Amino acid sequence: MKSGSKLERLLQAGEFVVTGECGPPKGANVDKLRQKAEHLVGYVDAVNVTDNQTAIVRMSSIGASALLVQMGLEPVMQMVCRDRNRIAMQSDIFGAHALGIRNILCLSGDHQRFGNHAGAKNVYDVDSVQLIDMVRRMRDEGQVQGGDEIDGVPRMFIGAAANPFGDPFEFRVVRLAKKVAAGVDFIQTQCIYNMDKFKTWMGQVVDRGLHEKVHILAGVTPLKSLGMARYMAKNVSGIEVPGELIKRIKGVSKEKRAAEGIKICTEQIQQLREIPGVAGIHMMAIEWEHKVPEIIKGAGLYPRPRPPDEPS
Amino acid sequence: MIVAEEKPLQEIESSLAGFEKLLVLGCRGCVTVCNTGGEKEVEALCAKLRLADRASQRRRRIEGLAIERQCDYEFIEAIRPQLEEVDAVLSLACGAGVQHVAEVAAGLQRPVPVLPGVNTTFLGAAVQEGVWAERCQGCGNCVLEITGGICPVARCSKSLLNGPCGGSSGGKCEIDPEIDCAWQLIYDRLKLLGRLENISRVIPIRDWSSSRDGGPRRRIREDLKR
Repeated sequence: MKSGSKLERLLQAGEFVVTGECGPPKGANVDKLRQKAEHLVGYVDAVNVTDNQTAIVRMSSIGASALLVQMGLEPVMQMVCRDRNRIAMQSDIFGAHALGIRNILCLSGDHQRFGNHAGAKNVYDVDSVQLIDMVRRMRDEGQVQGGDEIDGVPRMFIGAAANPFGDPFEFRVVRLAKKVAAGVDFIQTQCIYNMDKFKTWMGQVVDRGLHEKVHILAGVTPLKSLGMARYMAKNVSGIEVPGELIKRIKGVSKEKRAAEGIKICTEQIQQLREIPGVAGIHMMAIEWEHKVPEIIKGAGLYPRPRPPDEPS
Repeated sequence: MIVAEEKPLQEIESSLAGFEKLLVLGCRGCVTVCNTGGEKEVEALCAKLRLADRASQRRRRIEGLAIERQCDYEFIEAIRPQLEEVDAVLSLACGAGVQHVAEVAAGLQRPVPVLPGVNTTFLGAAVQEGVWAERCQGCGNCVLEITGGICPVARCSKSLLNGPCGGSSGGKCEIDPEIDCAWQLIYDRLKLLGRLENISRVIPIRDWSSSRDGGPRRRIREDLKR
């Protein structure tokens, strides 16, 4: 075992995994974090903790992840390249491991232009592919990036993102292959609405045999309303919402649209389960954590399996 | 070239407060080419300052002059007499030029302050008449041979060496629809050149000590040094 994390053990055992997501509060409000996370207990196998997503200042991913550990939830600590250089990253990874965090998701990070500190200086000392390589080297070779030996190796299960809907489309699978070559263990994709395009991408993934080298979790985000569907379609680059999906939500009365969004999401999960090479789903229920149990149950993914013990 | 843009007149005026004898100093180098700090712009700025004087019934002595290069002592030394005559110099050169003139002017018998009249913006090129775009960050370790002659350090908003990120959409960068995604450009160029293999392998973490991160940089040619 690379990390012994619950997520790793479940994926190794061939279980179809479910990860969730929890955005930390815009401050030190621990109760709010706990309330959000509470909805996910028992319904997901691990919870991503975002790292100042959309460049809006929030409680640190490492701090919030440590709080989830205390609650008995397994965190996937997100780490972006925007705010830290390699010195801070490696130091935080040691600290995270010491606090019981065993999964890390290596991301480029949203540009600060989108956040509440547009005048900030960004870092990008390393990029997400290089971060994967750095964490793998720390774990497998016991060395920091500069070459010095590590005293107490951080055992991290290494994740990264993939966006099948970004451009250029034909390079997306190559970039995934680069992440695999760098040593990534699992992938969570951008949220999927265009199922046909995702299937095409997964076909490329399987053709290259990448699904045998990395566990691919398909990203889903339930659409709460017509407004959200339109916003995602129009304003979030790298997300494609097909017109027929928007039509379908529009087709039901306003008070039934949230329920329709949940129905769509459970159907999507069922379709994703059938796609060869998909090892699980990553549910990003943005500010809708309390609906996760309903969706997971509706998709037939409850109860969650118990992970096997780590072989000693 | 080094590209610069004019500072707002109000900002210039506030930095000039209290000075009566002014020299507006242009440079015939990069800032002339990018139409920001050459002879023409010196004249135009002098005219604006005089106009402001007329409106407020002031009578500053405002003179304009452009020299070959403000980043060369040789050309600055030649205008020592003019520098000695004024209370302040407003330089329309890039930051390097301003600093070089400031150094000479600080060494005069009566030291004279040198103020910037432009903001130095980037190392770039003219992409069409009147439009310049950033092309280089002077990082000290050129990777253009890998990336098909398109710089990811200067032209990707995140300086990714293994891009594109998930925000590349329709050839544009997620941060601004006016900005091309550098990695889309790199991909297209390498495809055209039949060299996509250049970016199919992981480009390793780089050593940024050749960049500003290694501290202020110097280049020494021993054979030319005197």
